[in-house]
Amino acid sequence: MNQELVVEQSSIGDAIVLRPSGDIDMSRASSIRKAVAEAMRAQPARLIMDLSHVAYMDSSGLATLVEALQHAMRSKVKFILVGITPRVKSAFEITKLTGLFTIATTVEEATKA
Amino acid sequence: MHRPFFRQRGRVRSGDFMEREPEISIRLFSDPQLLAPIRALMDAFAKGVGFSEKTRGLLTLALDEALANVIRHGYEERKEGLIWINFWRLREPGGIRVVLEDLGRSVDPALIQSRNLDDVRPGGLGVHIIKETMSESSWESRPGGGMRLTLVKWLSEEERQQSAQSQSENTRP
Repeated sequence: MNQELVVEQSSIGDAIVLRPSGDIDMSRASSIRKAVAEAMRAQPARLIMDLSHVAYMDSSGLATLVEALQHAMRSKVKFILVGITPRVKSAFEITKLTGLFTIATTVEEATKA
Repeated sequence: MHRPFFRQRGRVRSGDFMEREPEISIRLFSDPQLLAPIRALMDAFAKGVGFSEKTRGLLTLALDEALANVIRHGYEERKEGLIWINFWRLREPGGIRVVLEDLGRSVDPALIQSRNLDDVRPGGLGVHIIKETMSESSWESRPGGGMRLTLVKWLSEEERQQSAQSQSENTRP
């Protein structure tokens, strides 16, 4: 059965990197919300969301990322997505959200974006 | 005891395919923890019908969104509500039909609409995803309460050709 979503957190320079592992749907999107809120409290210059271990995301997950982006913009924090997998990319495309986010290929690239 | 709508009517309602029992018929509780196994089932069923990896990703997303809407709006996140899902394989020209039924709060089907995506805000994307992904989608109120959602997806021409080729190779001696 579905387990709690694990969201690893690490720091690279002035960036905090969040790395969730597993599917993100309505039963697990709140884990992302909590992790983002916690990371933002540290007031990083940039927040990098590494999605390379997320094979699936529904609209609950997308909504959480939009919330995170809006939170980051209000706090003048750069919010960057990394490692978008094919099915997650499709979810972004069908909802026309791709252009809203800064997207990098690797975490290293994101630290310079 | 609740009987799924298609049984109450005594037959499958559609002019597009043979009137017959669904290939898969399941009942589940309105528990978000059950979304993952249903996605896996949809993915496997759609693969067997011949849908591409990209289409299967969108089909699992659309069904997930439909179920999430039932859980969130129909049952207001109560986990003990009942949901029935029936899956049919459509033979000609190839596709699937999925019917979801619930006993939750009824909504006027005319009010179920995609929202304007130019209005960037969290939430409200599910109906857009369903309508954009499926060849056909229709909501109706069930007599006696709840909602019924019918989803149809036809194989693309490319998927039909690849499916036919794959079947031909599998039947070759």
